[in-house]
Amino acid sequence: MDLHLKIWRQKDKSTEGKLVNYDLKELNSHMSFLEMLDTLNEKLITEGEEPVEFDHDCREGICGQCGMMINGLAHGPLENTTTCQLHLRSFKDGETIVIEPFRAEAFPIKRDLKVDRSAFDRIISSGGFVSVNTGQAPDATAIAVTHQVAEEAFDSAACIGCGACVATCKNASAALFTSAKISHMALLPQGKEERSERVLKMVRQMDKELFGHCSNTEACEVECPQGISVLNIARMNYEYSRAMFFGKK
Amino acid sequence: MLDSKIPQGPLEQKWTNYKKTAKLVNPANRKKLDVIVVGTGLAGSSIAASLGEMGYHVKSFCFQDSPRRAHSVAAQGGVNAAKNYKNDGDSVYRMFVDTLKGGDFRAREANVYRMAECSLNLIDQAVAQGVPFGREYGGYLNNRSFGGVQVSRTFYARGQTGQQLLLGAYQALMRQVGKNTVQLFSRHEMLDLVIIDGKARGIIVRNLDTGEIERHSAHAVVLATGGYGKIYYLSTLAMGCNGSAIWRAHKKGALMASPSWIQVHPTSLPQSGDYQSKLTLMSESLRNDGRIWVPLKENETRPSNDIPENERDYYLERRYPAFGNLAPRDISSRAAKERIDTGFGIGPLKNAVYLDFSKAIREQGKEKIQEKYGNLFDMYLKITGYDAYKEPMMISPSAHFSMGGLWVDYELMTTIPGLFALGEANFADHGANRLGANSLLQASVDGYFIAPYTIANYLSNEIHTGKISTEDPAFEKAENAVKQQIEDLINIKGTKTVDHYHKTLGKLLYDYCGLARNKEGLKYAIEEIQKLKAEFYKNVRVSGHGNNMNTELEKAGRVADYFEIGELMCYDALTRNESCGAHFREEYQTPDGEALRNDSEFQFISAWAWTGENQEPELIKEPLVFEEIQPTVRSYK
Repeated sequence: MDLHLKIWRQKDKSTEGKLVNYDLKELNSHMSFLEMLDTLNEKLITEGEEPVEFDHDCREGICGQCGMMINGLAHGPLENTTTCQLHLRSFKDGETIVIEPFRAEAFPIKRDLKVDRSAFDRIISSGGFVSVNTGQAPDATAIAVTHQVAEEAFDSAACIGCGACVATCKNASAALFTSAKISHMALLPQGKEERSERVLKMVRQMDKELFGHCSNTEACEVECPQGISVLNIARMNYEYSRAMFFGKK
Repeated sequence: MLDSKIPQGPLEQKWTNYKKTAKLVNPANRKKLDVIVVGTGLAGSSIAASLGEMGYHVKSFCFQDSPRRAHSVAAQGGVNAAKNYKNDGDSVYRMFVDTLKGGDFRAREANVYRMAECSLNLIDQAVAQGVPFGREYGGYLNNRSFGGVQVSRTFYARGQTGQQLLLGAYQALMRQVGKNTVQLFSRHEMLDLVIIDGKARGIIVRNLDTGEIERHSAHAVVLATGGYGKIYYLSTLAMGCNGSAIWRAHKKGALMASPSWIQVHPTSLPQSGDYQSKLTLMSESLRNDGRIWVPLKENETRPSNDIPENERDYYLERRYPAFGNLAPRDISSRAAKERIDTGFGIGPLKNAVYLDFSKAIREQGKEKIQEKYGNLFDMYLKITGYDAYKEPMMISPSAHFSMGGLWVDYELMTTIPGLFALGEANFADHGANRLGANSLLQASVDGYFIAPYTIANYLSNEIHTGKISTEDPAFEKAENAVKQQIEDLINIKGTKTVDHYHKTLGKLLYDYCGLARNKEGLKYAIEEIQKLKAEFYKNVRVSGHGNNMNTELEKAGRVADYFEIGELMCYDALTRNESCGAHFREEYQTPDGEALRNDSEFQFISAWAWTGENQEPELIKEPLVFEEIQPTVRSYK
């Protein structure tokens, strides 16, 4: 199949970027989207041009490193998919595809399609953990966790931190990412002790990183590769109110 | 002579005895000591977090944009622990026996026993961190069975166990980053090791965002950089996985052990075309319920569901009735290759076998299968476009885990004092084959429970050393060499891309140093790799500059190292005149095609020393002594 690409090229954070046109011919429809970009880069390098920089690593939909806006949608047209798991069979022969980086003030552009998502790491660093040191943990099965709770915690813990939720949100809010971690920890008995401090610190950090506020459009859930539910945001709001009004009780 | 430093005493007491006598560092002295940890996977994050908790000053480096993306994240199936929650007769001793046997008696007894022993604590540690392992309805931990064993000892978090364990370790790491005990350097790649007075004293890194070359010093350096299976280009590994950090350390004097032992995983998705960048792994746990078969008829053209039961060859169940579809990875991979090579392969390129869930779905219902493996079935659908609930999956073997790596002693220290190697970056524990669900385990216990003791033991002699200066001439020399290499690569300005060379090398290794090897093939491969390497340095094209973000340059440096690693892999395979685990030398097999080990001549670890550019490496042998169990022929029949 043939494709017309319009790709955002930007040298660095401070240089102005623009969309550049590229044409690719005779592509195999079983090719993944990133393999299509590999093919483009091979061509560009051979022709003496600089290849397009984009983030990717595991190419199995789990590391969360890849991600770009494809025709205005984070990770492209399929539901619950990372860019690496998107294949050309999802596009039509001769189609024009616009490829841009994730956009958010908290995710500054590094180069071309690469953005800086270290704000997520700082949110985790502010409190997204259980404060347990190595080596002295109690017997794992001594505290029973019902199957249902473990599964619910897993649903939240499955977030891969790709940033699609932020990129697709009109407010560039990190509410889905942050709330997923807060829910994961608050649901499990091991994480309950710190739930009040955790939610306060993480929400504070989220604001400090210049993410926008959540206004419940629920676009984040639609674009999330892991299908993380917006109910996490409801839980975060509950945990936040609980912590504000009742402190550590 | 290599000193493996295995403690005295009975096997069950060795680790306890070591811990009892290991030297300690006073909390007040710990903050005077710097440790560098390269890599933030399970081994790297856990050791960096553990040392940070203890009060050492730690610098943590990873090439990804966040430590949470290290490739441990992709491990799916589970992590082993001899908890015996199923009351099916499991124990530390049984896990030790299974692992030693699974590795074809080419691992150290003491190391393997310690891994099994520490497995009990790992599950406790991970649960305390909030890892949502699968639970029974009563609330207790659940587990399942994996290849190579007859008990249920694999704990899992759906099909994303690696991700959940890594998030636990990453969160522990980020907690320390928040407390300023660990300084994090993401998007940094280690390019050289700095040695002062014979000890590892620092590293040279490249800031991948800016291209700046930086010097970092420490009293000990820990490499937890994962494996080099991506050398085959098509593999189950992440695109960035590489062997460069351990290789640069090797060239500075650390020995490399068993480099040719690279596991080929039996259940990855088959290659569909030349453009392909990687092969996706489907978890081995699928083999618990999926049955593997090929058509009985050669060059079968009928769709899978049209082939009746009596025209199917369930070859693993046929050949290995005791273990059936759960035969170890090397055995299963080789059996698949045998069927494919003799003309029974399926799929468009005839390069796959079926993994069939129809029986399991009939017996357990779709819902149950969905709960166990739902995400894997979804992933399969996304990649191939086929629904595995309706027709069997197509799977094929793919390069996966490197059992080889830097040689380390019982303390996980390399032959360079102060340089430690953890997890897949070292060679220890797995022997010639890694059993499923042992990689997450080894990486984690190395970082959480073993290295914190052994590194402290080493550092106890460093408390009077004082700050290490990065102005030392050794730093300058290493930095200059790195800068020179970057400049050289950029200035070649040839016509072929880095990926072209990587793919060519990978194919060569797969054909001649892959699932099967022979003497002629290995000699041929060594010559061809040397030719390819020479051509690379004349004709590769690395676009852009060294002083900014440049992915092609990153790849070029890694491929330059892969040529040398690949050559050493072939030398290693060539000198081992036996078949063991992942290493199948065609000249050494039984009449029915099974691996033929030679204990009288090859019961040793091959440790290799770098002797210089274009020189043959030097082989140093570490004899393996088995006190507890005597090597037997592996039989899964």
